[in-house]
Amino acid sequence: MSATHSRSRTCFFMKNDERVRRGSARLGSSKRLTTSYKDLGGAGLEDEEFLDILEERRQSSDLGFAFRTFNPSPYNAAPPSSTAELNRAVLESQYLRYMVKEIATETGSPVEQVREEACGILNEMSQNLQLGFIRLMSYTLSKVFKRLFSSIFVNMEGLNMLQQAAQECPVILMPNHRSYVDFLVISYILYSYDIPIPVIAAGIRNSGRDEDRGGDSASLWGLFYPTRHRLRQTLLGRAVGIRPNDCQKWQSNSLCLMQRGFAPLEFYVEGFRSRTLKSLIPKFGMMHMVLEPFFKGEVYDIALVPISISYERVLEESLLAHELLGVPKPRESTMGLLKASRVLKDNYGCMHVNFGRPLSVRQLCEGKINRSQYNLIPRDLPQKPTAEAQACVSWLAHLIVRVQEEGSLISPWSLMASLLLQVPATVLAQEGLLWDQLTERILWLRKLVLDFGGRLNWPEGVPESEVMSSTAALHRSVVRRRAGRVHLVEDDQPERKHPGSPEEAVMRTASAALMLASYRNQALHVFVRPALLATAMRLTKSRQKGELLSLFCFLQDVFSNEFIFIPDRSSQDFEEACCLLKKCGAVCISEEELTVSDTGVEVLSFLQELMKPFIDSYQLMLRYLCEEGDPVFSEKEFLPAVRNLATKLILSGELHTYEALSSDTQKNVLAALRRMEALTKLSSDSKYRVNKASVRRSEEILSGKIPPQNLQATPDARL
Amino acid sequence: MASDSNGGSSDSQRIAQHRLSVIAGHLQRPAEGYTALLAAECKAQGSKPDVSSDERTVPRRRQEIMKWNGWGYSDSRFLFNKKGQAEFTGKRYRLSGMIIPGLRDWMESTFGANLQHKTPAVPVLNSSVVQPPTLNEAFVGELKSTGIPFSHDVEDRVFRAHGHCLHEIFALREGKIGRIPDMVVWPNCHNDVVKIVELACKHNVCLIPYGGGTSVSSALECPPEETRSIVSLDTSQMNRILWIDEKNLTAHVEAGIVGQDLERLLNESGYCTGHEPDSMEFSSLGGWVATRASGMKKNIYGNIEDLVIHVKMVTPRGVIEKSCQGPRMSTGPDIHHFILGSEGTLGVVTEVTMKIRPMPEYQKYGSVVFPSFEQGVACLREVARQRCAPASIRLMDNEQFKFGHALKPQVSSIFTSFLDGLKKFYITKFKGFDQDRLCVATLLFEGNRERVLQHEKQVYDIAAKFGGLAAGEDNGQRGYMLTFVIAYLRDLGMDYYVIGESFETSVPWDRVLDICRNVKARIVRECKDKGVQFPPLSTCRVTQTYDAGACVYFYFAFNYRGLADPVHVYEQVEHAAREEILANGGSLSHHHGVGKLRKEWMRETVSNVGVGMLKSVKDYVDPDNIFGNRNLL
Ligand SMILES: Cc1cc2nc3c(=O)[nH]c(=O)nc-3n(C[C@H](O)[C@H](O)[C@H](O)COP(=O)(O)OP(=O)(O)OC[C@H]3O[C@@H](n4cnc5c(N)ncnc54)[C@H](O)[C@@H]3O)c2cc1C
Repeated sequence: MSATHSRSRTCFFMKNDERVRRGSARLGSSKRLTTSYKDLGGAGLEDEEFLDILEERRQSSDLGFAFRTFNPSPYNAAPPSSTAELNRAVLESQYLRYMVKEIATETGSPVEQVREEACGILNEMSQNLQLGFIRLMSYTLSKVFKRLFSSIFVNMEGLNMLQQAAQECPVILMPNHRSYVDFLVISYILYSYDIPIPVIAAGIRNSGRDEDRGGDSASLWGLFYPTRHRLRQTLLGRAVGIRPNDCQKWQSNSLCLMQRGFAPLEFYVEGFRSRTLKSLIPKFGMMHMVLEPFFKGEVYDIALVPISISYERVLEESLLAHELLGVPKPRESTMGLLKASRVLKDNYGCMHVNFGRPLSVRQLCEGKINRSQYNLIPRDLPQKPTAEAQACVSWLAHLIVRVQEEGSLISPWSLMASLLLQVPATVLAQEGLLWDQLTERILWLRKLVLDFGGRLNWPEGVPESEVMSSTAALHRSVVRRRAGRVHLVEDDQPERKHPGSPEEAVMRTASAALMLASYRNQALHVFVRPALLATAMRLTKSRQKGELLSLFCFLQDVFSNEFIFIPDRSSQDFEEACCLLKKCGAVCISEEELTVSDTGVEVLSFLQELMKPFIDSYQLMLRYLCEEGDPVFSEKEFLPAVRNLATKLILSGELHTYEALSSDTQKNVLAALRRMEALTKLSSDSKYRVNKASVRRSEEILSGKIPPQNLQATPDARL
Repeated sequence: MASDSNGGSSDSQRIAQHRLSVIAGHLQRPAEGYTALLAAECKAQGSKPDVSSDERTVPRRRQEIMKWNGWGYSDSRFLFNKKGQAEFTGKRYRLSGMIIPGLRDWMESTFGANLQHKTPAVPVLNSSVVQPPTLNEAFVGELKSTGIPFSHDVEDRVFRAHGHCLHEIFALREGKIGRIPDMVVWPNCHNDVVKIVELACKHNVCLIPYGGGTSVSSALECPPEETRSIVSLDTSQMNRILWIDEKNLTAHVEAGIVGQDLERLLNESGYCTGHEPDSMEFSSLGGWVATRASGMKKNIYGNIEDLVIHVKMVTPRGVIEKSCQGPRMSTGPDIHHFILGSEGTLGVVTEVTMKIRPMPEYQKYGSVVFPSFEQGVACLREVARQRCAPASIRLMDNEQFKFGHALKPQVSSIFTSFLDGLKKFYITKFKGFDQDRLCVATLLFEGNRERVLQHEKQVYDIAAKFGGLAAGEDNGQRGYMLTFVIAYLRDLGMDYYVIGESFETSVPWDRVLDICRNVKARIVRECKDKGVQFPPLSTCRVTQTYDAGACVYFYFAFNYRGLADPVHVYEQVEHAAREEILANGGSLSHHHGVGKLRKEWMRETVSNVGVGMLKSVKDYVDPDNIFGNRNLL
């Protein structure tokens, strides 16, 4: 379906060589890294070419590919060093010596032993720097990827910029995280283009479910190399056993040392793989560790390369909803799923890997961090970040996620999912929706996305009807076309033996609805700002900018665990929302006021509907908390209680969204309330205390009963 | 190992002789009559006779022997002769009269400079651009009656209105003159200073002490906002060694004496102070005290604060001094430390008792080539750890190594280009070293012959551990010899669109490499940002080692063709470089001082309370801001 994007591979090679040459010629007067947020979205990247890297693989030998010369040029300040040398350097670093001593004293084990453990982990981590391994991997991956994906599109300009940046300073690759294959795909691409293969800094978490552990994202290695994998797990496991909290630090610090002038470092700023396909609130720990070498002057600059990976269809899609609904899934878990021949046989459409422009940490942090704060303590000692450093890290982390969002491509399927979700699920499952009507709406929505500056993965030169039908075909596990109508597929097992209870029916619909929601989420970043404004306009009759702004800020505050907002940018976000609504002709804006145009109603109601599931779910939970729930409760009690309540209300027809059933939404509500100080965590057992009055106030604002003034600072102060 | 260890003693003689001849070469008979006259005027002062001879380097009318708009002696300068070869004129230095074949190549390839593109300085001072002096008649009248010589001649005033910052010299070369002192006085002794300060207080005149005029911190610049009459108090005629105490090894010296005279005169009695800042030909004892100067050989002799036993300073409140010459005292905060580094803001240093040492029996130069700067730094760190640093040890980075080569004078008639010479050197001696990464350390050992040789072995052994190869005495010696002529090179650059400067910092050992890399990179980046057309020269050297850190110098120069306001660009880049230094844990200054150039960072450097303490001292000592050069605070 994306035939027009692909170019002949031979043609590409010429082009690429030429670019590489031009790139290296340019090195002296190197293109500057970007700084301003405005540039980030990437004028210039807009009409950029994506090339399908599988094209060539389909035409020539995978073995030849695996054994071709791989000749990456590392960052020029670095003398070439072997993995062994590098490991030695890390082991001899003062930091590591310090950590080893600490851990040894604390665990009572001999220093030698701890050192050995460290050594083991290091070897393990540098494993993927070794060429033999890389080659083996490239061979296997060629096979697997060709089977899974119809194409893997990569923006060449981004790769060129990365290649150049990698020669100038240490590079951090920061992909979004939607699938276990993310990091494999990136390593594979870099191998293909002679860029040093990154060291993957997966955060190790000792809490959380199995697949939350960063080590596990590497466990796809285990799929191919079970022995290695087990070894790695053992090593990591042992390290975790030593001292969970320090282990991550230890590993990452070593990684930082390693990336200084050797290979790029790669990590997921979102921390987890997003089960909702929505960007996650970034994690700061690893980000801070990665930035610290710059803060402390150990490197001149660091280039952050946000990478947006967009899947037309995610490998793990059938797991997503299950995980969110807390439905117990087979113990075999993810690996089992991937091993299942079913997955390897299925087609996952195309994917886009968009390498963003390298961002200069030095320039981004200018004026945001006073580096001399590190002057007074030995730099190798672990130090608690100052408030200033934390704020800077948080800002940067959010920024990166926003850039990832802006760089991701929205597929026709996301648009379809967004629209299908606006039809009641039961209707969709039973009666279905007229196909032509859906097509028409999607074309309308496509225009809106473009107006809002979103990037579409919409094949050119292909008849719209074809795009639509191939989209539906690719996702036939979710929707099915029958007799001019489209229906929601309630369960991926087509026939059930017996009907089951009404609650089970709700769950079945829910899992289909949540899958749709996940794909809708891929497009949310384009809409969220105008949609919050549209929602504000629904909550108040007023069209005064000031009043709308304060509602907007309130909504941002409530939903800032749900969507990514860069801290302290509310008024800019509001302005942006106004501009976009104006741009698509939905509103006119005067000094003080917004007026809705005739055509605006359609846009506004689409946006309001888009936000509805969130508003309704939050309202439900807020109401539950201030009316029914105990004043003191634990998360363990909260989740099933809400789930039961929501199921009941869905059955009684009072609740129209299934998203209240999602554990993700539920946890976000708790986090939001904690942030807004309506919930306090009790120091004893993991319980919360509710401030019912304050929860009620939020609920009332959210349902438009009272204005937010008494909660928010005066809008002018924010402007 | 040193190139020839058996030739050591003859070498040392040669070197000692050479040193004497260099110093003797510096010696110029000053304009006649002054010394005698001055001595006569202050006859009553010394209870002991002046122990030294009458010859002094610096006359009252400095313009008679020195450039008014550049560095050093008028007769010594670099130029490109008719054949387009670089040449150093005059007779004073070892390099004088020699052709330097590699320099042109180096300048052209490093800066993209071109002999066709000249930027000559205005040849003579145009006195019509100079503001007429604001004289305080009452002050002048009373001063006259004391008999202390003074002048408000334009040249005298202009000469004392500047130090040697780039912007100061650049302006002079363009014939631009800003606020300058309204008159110059030449006290001959401590008592003269007391009288001048009293009169200045009485008539509310602003005084600016002037030593050797080598300041590189804008310390001598007259504050443009100063409306009072500004009087430059030139200490150059207070230049006697008043006594030498051989029992305690101290000398009592007037503060205006310049370094070369002090060493020469002490040498005559078999002594030295060992304090040798690179500017020692012209900088003065009082200036060193006022700026907390540091000498090349501080590893043996110490920095100025270690050398000073007793100081006398005339302030508006009276004279400050200690009551005895005890080698150390526990009497509250050391009052010397209010004086050291006071940069002329509190009073005039008039007399100093300094430690002296017998002249070293034996001296030996040396040099080591390292495969990389990183290894060189590691070696210096180890030398410091073992506390076995020679009298001087300096580590040049690769660019400076190349620069040093470019300055090799022609020895034979065969013309060799800079790059050829370099290649030869490096191919014959250092196979396997990367020509674009290697760097060189120069060494100077001093003391008892046997111990020097032992010491030398120790240092070379350490160097070998870091891949360092001995590269001969000549290379070392040339490095130190260049110290005195390098300052002349800037004037040559300025004739051809190249401007530059050096600045320094001190930094803990673990940050040396990081600061060097980051500051150099920052300079390159800033130049590019500011529209400099050619990549700048951005290099550094480690010049001093301490237990806990090192002193690092950065040299930075660029071709300014195509820039509308090169000095402004230069200043922006230097400013950014200083920010980078501070962000990387470097100090505001190791020895150049703060002056007005680095004032803006004082608060963050010494904290609010620190600034408050300094202020309160200033307020007490000089409530009317008589010493109004506005340095430091
Ligand atoms: C080429 C070159 C090389 C240099 N190398 C070194 C070096 O190796 N080490 C080093 O430490 N510095 C060096 N400097 C900096 C400079 O030489 C020192 O700061 C020196 O101490 C200044 O002495 P001066 O006599 O020239 O003082 P001036 O430049 O005349 O004055 C400097 C400041 O001290 C005050 N001052 C001068 N004399 C007195 C006095 N008697 N009483 C009170 N205040 C006074 C002045 O008011 C002024 O504020 C170098 C400078 C140059 C241009």
